[in-house]
Amino acid sequence: MQDLGIRVLFMGNNFERLLIGLWVTIKISLISVILSILFGILLGMVMTLKNPITRAVSKIYLEFIRIMPQLVLLFLVYFGLTKSFGINLSGELSAVIVFTLWGTAEMGDLVRSALISIPKHQYESGAALGLSGIQIYRYIIIPQTLRRLIPLAINLTTRMIKTTSLIVLIGVIEVMKVAQQIIEANRYTVPDSALWIYGTIFFLYFIVCWPISLLATRLEKRWKN
Amino acid sequence: MEKSEVVLEVRNLSKDYGNGPILKDISMTIQKGEVVVIIGPSGCGKSTFLRCLNGLESIQQGEIILDGQVITAEKTKWTQVRQKIGMVFQSYELFPHMSVIDNILLGPLKAQGKQKKEVIQEAERLLDRVGLLDKKDAYPRQLSGGQKQRVAIVRSLIMHPEIMLFDEVTAALDPEMVREVLDVMLELAKSGSTMIIVTHEMQFARAVADKVVFFDGGDIVETGTPEKFFTNPETERARRFLNTFTFNIEEKEG
Repeated sequence: MQDLGIRVLFMGNNFERLLIGLWVTIKISLISVILSILFGILLGMVMTLKNPITRAVSKIYLEFIRIMPQLVLLFLVYFGLTKSFGINLSGELSAVIVFTLWGTAEMGDLVRSALISIPKHQYESGAALGLSGIQIYRYIIIPQTLRRLIPLAINLTTRMIKTTSLIVLIGVIEVMKVAQQIIEANRYTVPDSALWIYGTIFFLYFIVCWPISLLATRLEKRWKN
Repeated sequence: MEKSEVVLEVRNLSKDYGNGPILKDISMTIQKGEVVVIIGPSGCGKSTFLRCLNGLESIQQGEIILDGQVITAEKTKWTQVRQKIGMVFQSYELFPHMSVIDNILLGPLKAQGKQKKEVIQEAERLLDRVGLLDKKDAYPRQLSGGQKQRVAIVRSLIMHPEIMLFDEVTAALDPEMVREVLDVMLELAKSGSTMIIVTHEMQFARAVADKVVFFDGGDIVETGTPEKFFTNPETERARRFLNTFTFNIEEKEG
């Protein structure tokens, strides 16, 4: 059993380093998710406006971000801005910018579809009871919108957490990068460490994402109409 | 029924979206306890007329007077006015995220600012009256169309409106559920509620109405007692309309 690659995990402070890397992943995801939700709600509301200019702009933004692979966006912001404009952003900041741009687009579209899915008559029957505009939103529209939105937003969150594994390619030392470093450093002493280290990462991602997706499923069930 | 007490008066109401008038110079007076039934072909403006009465549609001309107060003025507080005008919609429009009892209590608690213990008993009594007390904790999705519509009527009733507006409330129901809703309305009418009912149910109209108003092309074509209107209408247009509801078997065979 001496040769099992898992011992790499317990050599030195390797496991601790992995956790620190995981924290970088979580930190970047969390900041991006929170910003995406805030901007996404605004974008979604703007997208429901009838104004043709805001419509066109938000549509182009949404399509552009969706069509572009996230990796290309990351390279554009991290390398492109430096080469062309001399703007030197850190990898972490670039990652937050790209994931916020992407998350805002996705979230905006979710908010838009949740808002337009509430029938006009729901507003009217609230009004007919003598409720004020604010009360109609507070007691009738927003609760219904949230019930449709929250499970979708949670799914988006797990997607964003997973996709941050790409930022290893712009030099951010997150959990994937730490894993590579550990594997490289032990290439000769523990040749099969890759399986064990990446396996550990699988479980780390799982532990982070599974409760979130479990929550989404439960909320979806509870609020099913 | 005191004849002198006017609840609602409409004077020369006109509505125009910009491509031809929807309502042309409509005038109408509704006494306390009176049941007015509006009938007419689809698109004649009868639903729009109801929606104008509680400000869901804007009007271009004329005025509406509720309880001696002009409610079509610029500074009308519609939230106040609408508490006095109940409205029941064709598609029920219960709030799907709330239980039956919460649907009913939303108006009294939030719009009128009452305490829950003040109104819960009345809510239960009204639910019992429409035969749905056992459904008070159910959600709208668990109810049939007829049950939903009865809940919607209770939701409107508990606000103690001066007048109730019913906008084709049985039009979306399966035929076997129409009766249970109409029975509730008939009982309301008997108990002295002031009501304006838009409907396509001619038998019901005849049974419930104190006054029948026939709309066509955004205009009142004829007004009369149900007896007179349904047996011997004055206008040719009304006669043709009523004929579309009867079938003549002999002619078909011949």
